[in-house]
Amino acid sequence: MKQLSVDHLLGIKYLNKNDIDLIFETANHFKEVINRPIKKVPSLRDITIANLFFENSTRTKLSFELAEKRLSADVINFSAGQSSVKKGETLIDTVNNILSMKVDIVVMRHPNVGAGVFLSKHVDAKIINAGDGTHEHPTQALLDSYSIKEKLGTLKGKKILIVGDILHSRVALSNIFALQLQGAKVKVCGPTTLIPKYITSLGVAVETNLTKALEWCDVANVLRVQHERMDIKYFPSTREYTQLFGINQQILDNLGKKITIMHPGPINRGVEITSDVADSDQSIILNQVENGVAVRMAVIYLLAQQIKR
Amino acid sequence: MSQKLLLNSKEIEIILHRLACQLIENHNDFSNTVLIGIQPRGTFLAKRLAHLLQTVYGIKNLEVGFLDITFYRDDFRRRDAPLEAADTDISFLIENKNVVFIDDVLFSGRSIRAALTAIQSYGRPENIELLVLIDRRFSRHVPIQPNYKGRQVDVINQEKVKVHWKETHKEDAVFLIPND
Repeated sequence: MKQLSVDHLLGIKYLNKNDIDLIFETANHFKEVINRPIKKVPSLRDITIANLFFENSTRTKLSFELAEKRLSADVINFSAGQSSVKKGETLIDTVNNILSMKVDIVVMRHPNVGAGVFLSKHVDAKIINAGDGTHEHPTQALLDSYSIKEKLGTLKGKKILIVGDILHSRVALSNIFALQLQGAKVKVCGPTTLIPKYITSLGVAVETNLTKALEWCDVANVLRVQHERMDIKYFPSTREYTQLFGINQQILDNLGKKITIMHPGPINRGVEITSDVADSDQSIILNQVENGVAVRMAVIYLLAQQIKR
Repeated sequence: MSQKLLLNSKEIEIILHRLACQLIENHNDFSNTVLIGIQPRGTFLAKRLAHLLQTVYGIKNLEVGFLDITFYRDDFRRRDAPLEAADTDISFLIENKNVVFIDDVLFSGRSIRAALTAIQSYGRPENIELLVLIDRRFSRHVPIQPNYKGRQVDVINQEKVKVHWKETHKEDAVFLIPND
């Protein structure tokens, strides 16, 4: 019988290939569930989940909340903006206070790298990392891989390009780990200032010419330029970024093959990707969002299964 | 491990024909009836009965679906081994339909209890019946009884009833296996 090799979902780097296969198999079943007339199963009716978002989020938070509700879990939400964190409470205190209300699983987004790992060592609950600073965003990488697999059938031997702000992207790092575990080849493309110096040590190739990179790939995962994490100027202007690294329909039409376009959202339309590309039939952006709920249901279900009564 | 043969392939064949005839007696042309095989093991019996009804008894437009009950079970987090889901494949709505649940062995009745909850996701059926190949008497945990049964057996709790289908094993057979 299969179960996850980990106690928490803190990052893709802690998972193995079997874990990913199990999550995807389970997600297949939940995808069928969320397309039924009644989209809910009672599995987690005695489980309480706290969504702790110490950093802004729209789609990840909604997606997690929906996944939890579709599994019949009780859900409490917490945003740092309206909380005692502003009054100086520490992370462990905040979380332990919430856990005294008998919470079984914590889904946490935090601006600090390693916040999830830290928490998992100090509190008695299952932790799911919903993004820790510029480090990892495991459920996003899982839903990205799941969506590619759904579109192309397999990831083995496929060429996946990640374009944009690699330096500040937890999505990029988690995606690199997830894609490589499943046998895909990964290349990153972006301004040299936004590509981490030692990225090649992860076995990833670097290409700074967008057209060449697109010609190489089967799938391009386009990332958002994270202005909010940029304390200095990494490129002269948004306009120049768009001219060198923005993806438009004309570039795609000149490739001579049809590649798949992904974006983890939120999209800056007209900056890293034009509207006609984002809304075209090459784009699987909305499939990613739908699959996000199924994949998160799978992760929560598999972790909840480990909580003994 | 000594196992006892409860039914051989010939006996199973006769039972399948009888069950098919009983279904026809109650559901005529199946215009408002659907068969739902309970995953995983009820699907073989459901497919076999559907095949008989269509080829031997000339039933047209028979609708057959498969229902997975994993996420509706009442022993989630109470077992040592994790639960593994199977595919649900119901491509029709069951609103106002007569539903016949099909499973191989009826033991505690808990699977059928879960199936009764699970099927609600596909609408409100007119009524639900239960067909099983083997009804283990005196072993029920919930008040659920079959409408159609292939064979009723009295088995002590430590023993297992195992159904072999020729699709997965070499031939159809039902065995009683002591749990040692």
